[in-house]
Amino acid sequence: MTSTSTSTSVTSSAHRAVVSAVKSRPRPRSLSERLLTANAWLIFLFFYAPILVLVIFSFNSGRFVSQWEGFSLQWYSRLFQDAAIGLALRNSLIVATVSTVVSTVLATLVAVGMERFSFQGKTAMDSLLYLPIIIPDIAMAVMLILFFVQAGQALGLFGVRFSLGLGTVILAHIAFNVSFVTVTVRARLANFDRSLEEAAHDLYADEWATFRYVTLPLIMPGVLAGALLAFTISLDDFVITFFTSGPGSTTLPLRIYSMVKTGITPELNALSTLLLVASMLLVLASLLLQRKQQ
Amino acid sequence: MSTQATPLRKHERWLLGILVGPSALYLLVLFVIPLLIVLVYSFLTRGTYGQIVWEFTLQNYVRVFDPLYLGILWYSILMAGLNTLLCLLLSYPFAYHLARVGNARTRNVLLTLVMIPFWTNFLIRTYAWRVILGTDGPLNGALMALGVIEEPLSLLFNNGAVIVGLVYGYMPFMVLPLYAAIERIDFSLVEAANDLYANGRAAFLRVVLPLSMPGIVAGSILVFIPSLGTFVTTDLLGGSKTVMIGNLIQSQFLTSRDWPFGSAFSMLLMAAVLGATLFYFRKGGRTL
Repeated sequence: MTSTSTSTSVTSSAHRAVVSAVKSRPRPRSLSERLLTANAWLIFLFFYAPILVLVIFSFNSGRFVSQWEGFSLQWYSRLFQDAAIGLALRNSLIVATVSTVVSTVLATLVAVGMERFSFQGKTAMDSLLYLPIIIPDIAMAVMLILFFVQAGQALGLFGVRFSLGLGTVILAHIAFNVSFVTVTVRARLANFDRSLEEAAHDLYADEWATFRYVTLPLIMPGVLAGALLAFTISLDDFVITFFTSGPGSTTLPLRIYSMVKTGITPELNALSTLLLVASMLLVLASLLLQRKQQ
Repeated sequence: MSTQATPLRKHERWLLGILVGPSALYLLVLFVIPLLIVLVYSFLTRGTYGQIVWEFTLQNYVRVFDPLYLGILWYSILMAGLNTLLCLLLSYPFAYHLARVGNARTRNVLLTLVMIPFWTNFLIRTYAWRVILGTDGPLNGALMALGVIEEPLSLLFNNGAVIVGLVYGYMPFMVLPLYAAIERIDFSLVEAANDLYANGRAAFLRVVLPLSMPGIVAGSILVFIPSLGTFVTTDLLGGSKTVMIGNLIQSQFLTSRDWPFGSAFSMLLMAAVLGATLFYFRKGGRTL
């Protein structure tokens, strides 16, 4: 008698527990879930703390990063008066813009060609397009500096003067950007409805008209995403620029490098903060682009 | 992808030339020829004043086996391997959480939050650690204020600082492929495993882990390859003894002017990287 009553009370309490567990929306979280959440917070802290330190101390009136000496914008005003930074920024923007435009045009054409045709040597071309992404940038930098030196000597025989500078940096940046943009555009072309192009052909559109009015508009989000990627990579590149630049072609990363090397200056904190804001705007732009793509 | 084997018509060949020709020509001149030049240089001799002497030699490759350079090679592989392992251990639970939490919208926001620091200039992200770990930096300041230490610790310019910088620099390369792999997993399989009396541990080891293997392989390759050739992190956070392949190559070109030896080391680095990539594709990896 007693045993049955306890067993029913056990089952009914178990039943109640199940019902309440199902009913209560934020179900009680297990220990492992709590640990995972805590871990995620720690990782985000690890990601953001270093950047936040730079942002906070860019507003510090003192020189040092160990103690807070009051709010000040003096490092920003110094930054804006720094002619070397201004020149480096100008060079960076020139290199990024020119290399992005050229590599985007080249990459869009080659992406369409690679996705549409099968031809002899296609596998070789495929590998050639992937290699600049795969090999380490220090190896690419070595390849390009040797090439530019050899090219300079060869051209010198014909009386053409040629030396390292903005031109060689731009040529180098196009060489790696073509690959990155091609991959992005090809991803867009891979799920592309070819029947639209065939329909344009049936309506007597020639190759150019089909490309201009059908293909290009459809792959445009991919092209823009690729261009944005190229622009970012170009602005960010240090190693290849370090090897292929000459006097007077210092870009922003090269300037940052020498600022770090010569000692930690609060000016660099201010510059970091501005660049962080700029890169956040770029992320936002790319997200809006993706949303449009969907 | 269209793989029609029909020979191209005349106007199609023209079109192909216009589409593929310019990039092919550009990469031929600015990638293939430079690569061949490095290959040739790696067999040449360095003159007394750092000039190139056109004399064939295998000496540059033999020199790699000098204990000094073998040590640098081994140290680089060790550091890149340790970095890959730490990235994997830190990223797996993190990516697992990101892939399982909330709805699609929350997950996208969290992924963007992962990406934002990643989009900041690499030099600045490395410089930030130089600030934090400095003797007058906030970490030492906090530890002294808490009374944990009395004298500031020298946390910079050693292996530890380089590893922290490497993990910080390359972790997103691990998080993103892991996230992609884990998010694809059908978690009703885990429930099925539980119904078959697998405990949480067994279900994870037998179901989730094997299914996320493509992400583990992709992430490991994406972290290992660039960190093997790294130059900035060791240069800014390491000491005089922390020399990796990237620093060695850089100094051969920009300081000691031994271009043939630098070329030989570059060829070895490229061979190692291509080997790792081929291994990845053999294992059936598709996403890069």
